[in-house]
This record gives sequence, structure tokens and C-alpha cells, in this order.
Amino acid sequence: MNNEGALFNGLLRLSDDHLVLGHRLSEWCGHAPMLEEDLSLPNMALDLIGQARTLYAYTGEVEGKGRDEDAIAYLRRESEYKNLLLVERPNGDFAHTIVRQFYFAVFMELFWQKAIDSKDATIAAIAGKAVKEMAYHVRHCGEWIIRLGDGTEESARRIADAIDALHPYTDEMFDVDDTTQSLIDAEILPDSSNLKDEWDSLIGRVFAAGKISIPEQYWPKRGGRRGEHGEEMGFLLTDLQYMQRTYPDMTW
Amino acid sequence: MSEEIPVWEVFIRPRNGLSHKHVGSVHAADEVMALQAARDVYTRRGEGLSLWIVRSNDIVASDPSDKEELFEPAADKIYRHPTFYDIPDDVGHM
Repeated sequence: MNNEGALFNGLLRLSDDHLVLGHRLSEWCGHAPMLEEDLSLPNMALDLIGQARTLYAYTGEVEGKGRDEDAIAYLRRESEYKNLLLVERPNGDFAHTIVRQFYFAVFMELFWQKAIDSKDATIAAIAGKAVKEMAYHVRHCGEWIIRLGDGTEESARRIADAIDALHPYTDEMFDVDDTTQSLIDAEILPDSSNLKDEWDSLIGRVFAAGKISIPEQYWPKRGGRRGEHGEEMGFLLTDLQYMQRTYPDMTW
Repeated sequence: MSEEIPVWEVFIRPRNGLSHKHVGSVHAADEVMALQAARDVYTRRGEGLSLWIVRSNDIVASDPSDKEELFEPAADKIYRHPTFYDIPDDVGHM
């Protein structure tokens, strides 16, 4: 794969991760358990969607076929979305949403910290802004996980259920394939597989504070990077794409 | 919910050199979560550089029924306002 093709694919994956997770968080708007979280969750959604916009715009620029951020974000088929399976998992209860957010944000904070030194100036600039936003997501979700884990019997059970359900989706974050390897070699994107140890130890520290154990055995689930999604993804895209499909080229 | 989760008063300092100003309240289980809730609820449009939070229960307030004895005595003491001085023109804006 030539470097531009790899860069396009690498950016598309990152863009899709952020759009899909941002969309999932936005589904909480008006439904959170308390007003404070009803603002906090959409705040995080807006951080992610803002990052997705910048990433999609750059993806379109790299592709060089005149597609803008909306065309890439809203007008593809399901198998053309390359996001991690983790980020498309349904919101479930509040514990599921917070665990999913924590897993992804800890990973992305480590990823952007390294990407600040990217040889690609645009990626370095995106990383510089995103790393601060991710640091807050980590802090906010981490504090919730400690309190839910070390809270009531019910909150501990819910957080344990969320971890059991979502932990199998975390391995996909650290995968490296031909696309990413060529970008790693060119020092454009960091090597995700190198982030695993630090991710484990950051997660472990918070879980220990919340008296939560990490599943020792699980069956890793992957496929999103190849465009193979869970059945929930179709419903998500139906919502996400509705306006652009119904009113093509609409703007606000 | 309000019986289980305490209420906190939120104060924001908008810029260096200004003082913290009360902006509202949030519900949160403890001070760490209260600070985050205050950030999420009250600083979404760049309102501040610093946040204070105080448990509402820790605020000592005057009793509204005491307002006559507390505040009315000030009403007829206009000499406490510095409005009786002639300020020379060349002093400029004070």
C-alpha cells in the first residue's frame, strides 16, 4: 500500500472511532440519570465529534477527490466504516457507558501523547488539542468507576457486568496491520501495540482504587477495522445518516 | 435524589484580578465529583479560570426575618456614601 493510501485508511479509522463514540454519547442527551451528567456526557460527545470533524476534513484532503467531512462521515455504507467494535457498543446502563468511555479515553490519551511528535504536522496539531480533552474524559470516567465499584452492592454489580461485557473489545485498540505498520514506520502515527502495558497499568490503578478486578480470561472480539460490525451498527447509522440521506447536501 | 446527594454552591473567577462570583449549584456525592460537575455545567462557554465549590450546608446565611434590624439602619445614613466631596477637575476619573 502506498503511503497516501495508508494515511487515508489510518485517518479514516481514527475519524470513525471518534464520530461513532461521539454519536453514542450524544444519545444520552436528555436521558442521563442527573442534570450534571446530562451536560457532562454531551460535553464529552462534543469533544469527540469536534475531533472527528478535524480528522474527516484531513481525511478528505489526503484522499484528494473533493469529498468534504460530511460526505465521508455520513454517506458511506456500513462495511466502509472502520471504527473499533468497542465504540459502537450500545450505551447500556450508565456503568457500560462510563467503562466504554474510560477504556477508549485512556487509550487515546496515550495515543495522542505520542502523536504530538508525529512527522505529519496536521496530526501533531490535532493531537495537541485532543490530548487535553482526553485527559478530562479519563479523569471524569475514572472517578465514576472508583465510586461505582466501591459504592453500593448494585453499583458494584453493574460496573462488574459492564467490564465483563466490554473488556473483550479492548484488544482491537492495540492491533497493528499493514496499514498502520507503514504509518508507524514513517513516524506518522504511534505504534498502538506499544501502548498496551501502560494502558493496563493505568486501568489497573483505577480499578484497584474501586476494588474492581480485571477479567483474567476473555475471548477477544475484533472486526471493526475490517468493516465487520455488530448488528447494532446498522441502527446507529440509520440515526446518524438520516438527515443527510433524506435532505442531501443539507447544511444548518 | 436530593436526599442522598448533597448540594454544592459554585463560584467562578472569570479573569485574573477579579473575585469569585456565585453562579449556581450542583448535586454531587463528594468534593471531587462536585468540582467536575461544576466544570461541566458552568464553564462550557469559557466562563472562567478558577472554580470554587462549597457545600451548601456549610454556608451560614442571615435569616430573612432579621432583615429589618440588620439592613434598615443603613438606609438613612447617607453620609456613609462618599458623595459629599468636591473633586477637582484635574483629578480625572475616580
